[in-house]
Amino acid sequence: MSTRSLASATARSGGRISWSRVAIYAVLTMGALVAVAPFLYMLTTSVKSLGSVIAGKFWPWLPLGDEAIQWGNYLEAIRRTGWDKQWQMFLFYRYAINTIIVTLATVTGVLLTSVLAAYALAQMDVPGKEFLFLLLLATIMIPSDLTIVPQVVMMFQLKWYNTYLALIVPFLASVFGIFLLRQFFMQIPRDLFDAALIDGSGHLRYLFTIVMPLSKPALVSVALINFIWAWDSFKWPLLVTRDSNMRVLAVGLQQFLVGEGGTNIHLMMAFSAMVTVPVIVFYFFTQKYFTEGITTTGIKG
Amino acid sequence: MAAISQAVPPTPRTGWLTGRRLRKLQEAGLGYLFLLPAFGILIVFQFFPVFYGFYISLCNWKVTGCYNLMPVRNYVSLDASNPIAAAIGSLPLGNYFKAFQDPEMWHSLLVTVTYSAISVPLQLGIALVLAYLLFQNIRGKPVYRVLIFMPYITSTVASASVWAFLYSPDKGPINAALHALGLPAFKWLNESRGIFEIVGSAAGVHLPNWAAGPGLALIAIIFYTTWVFVGYDTTIFMAGLGNIPNELYEAAKIDGASGWQLFRRITIPLLSPTTFFLLIYTVIGTFKAFNHIFVMTPLEIAGDPTTTTSLLIFRQMFQYNRYGYSAALSFVLFAVILTLTIIQNRVAGRRVVYS
Repeated sequence: MSTRSLASATARSGGRISWSRVAIYAVLTMGALVAVAPFLYMLTTSVKSLGSVIAGKFWPWLPLGDEAIQWGNYLEAIRRTGWDKQWQMFLFYRYAINTIIVTLATVTGVLLTSVLAAYALAQMDVPGKEFLFLLLLATIMIPSDLTIVPQVVMMFQLKWYNTYLALIVPFLASVFGIFLLRQFFMQIPRDLFDAALIDGSGHLRYLFTIVMPLSKPALVSVALINFIWAWDSFKWPLLVTRDSNMRVLAVGLQQFLVGEGGTNIHLMMAFSAMVTVPVIVFYFFTQKYFTEGITTTGIKG
Repeated sequence: MAAISQAVPPTPRTGWLTGRRLRKLQEAGLGYLFLLPAFGILIVFQFFPVFYGFYISLCNWKVTGCYNLMPVRNYVSLDASNPIAAAIGSLPLGNYFKAFQDPEMWHSLLVTVTYSAISVPLQLGIALVLAYLLFQNIRGKPVYRVLIFMPYITSTVASASVWAFLYSPDKGPINAALHALGLPAFKWLNESRGIFEIVGSAAGVHLPNWAAGPGLALIAIIFYTTWVFVGYDTTIFMAGLGNIPNELYEAAKIDGASGWQLFRRITIPLLSPTTFFLLIYTVIGTFKAFNHIFVMTPLEIAGDPTTTTSLLIFRQMFQYNRYGYSAALSFVLFAVILTLTIIQNRVAGRRVVYS
């Protein structure tokens, strides 16, 4: 609901076309087109034959051309990733399962640890919690490059290298999640807890039956943003996995790009589409929460 | 303290651990229990590694242990008969001395700074314009927002792979489009020559090395970075615009201010806390950028035009197993980021207007 009209005052002056409005729409449409064009290119190329890609045919299908839509590219891309003997399936499926395992475990874990910590920081009398909050602030200042070498070394020492533990455990807590939820929980008046206490409810029950249902938008934001981060992670899985059947989709795609996909552009595009489309579809249904989560932490962060 | 203890009602005499005190203790205990999982993970995997990393950076690190501390004298020739020089020589800072003598390290810092210095203003400038336009009374605002934000949420490796092909010198659509417009084709990600060098040689001027400018490959990656992050920056800018009270605009309009004056005198200053946040955030973001740079950098390219320090750290560790050296490099990079953040705080922080 925006009722602001900064430059639009001219727009309503009479029935003639306001050129400044036209310019605004032109710039925005350009921006949106640039944002979307690579995706459209990816999707169209993923169903072309390699010949059409190399010939630079923009629309090889009917009515401009005679090529059928090459849905088979997707199966071919999956087949070309190779065979996982351990689980008896194409490696692509293994990458997808690994990604889903890691993403689900991370998001669930982050939600659980963040809810508990944020609640303690926002609503409980814990001596020294100001110090712990400062510690949290300091964590944000630590750049990932500073800790990546010791983290990898630790994975070797813990014997977690090339296992799911390495892909999941270090990410089971999220500073962003704690921040966002703490901010949300602080808005809940303490009187509400005192009332619940009279009803015989303890902290844990109060948290799960009253605080969490009240904070649904914040919880969804944290879950979604951590889902995107986990799905997107590439550097860490590349560093701490060795076997092809431990790869996640992002690493699998990069390996495919270096190998087969470098020449088979149509297959590379099909692979990219399979990594991207689930997230985009998911985003379209949930975008409101993304914006909320990003702006609340962004501005206050 | 005395005043507080007087205010507390006297505890029943039946024992020390009863009533209010017991409840307080229970609450504290439960609180720590709640904090333990999150803080445990953060301390073990975020905090401890900072100190551990420093220790590793002092070492000649072999597989999983410190083989020996890396003395300075391994990389600097010192007069052993001089006791002060000998003492310096035995300090375990060898990896740092190695880093300062490593031309690759300096080159990577230059690439990182260039990458940041070009992409931050570009990103923020475009995002500010888009946010300002989106904030006008326009139709289809949610559609524009969603579409512009889309690159930010998609898998980096996937979109970088797609862009790598868009840039392909012989088959890519970007060169095809340039060709259709009668413009020359470029090698984009495979071009290690500097942009000024390319322009110069097209004009028949031979530029000296120092004037070659950033490699075209780096510029190509900067375009991609801009494409990804503009949506995020726009979203944050829009939230900032929403915080500016409308009355200010109304009042200024009554005083006869033009659209540009409104933007220059109200929007820009009142948006400055948001701009400042984004500036710090994106500078740090560009310094740790890795995934897309790694994916878009060809396996073999002369002169490493896109090797940022983050990439160099990765290579030293992943390809050469030089853990000690890459840990030292990461501390050098951290020092640079910290210095820049402090400078930004001093310089830009002063110009921020808090309403």
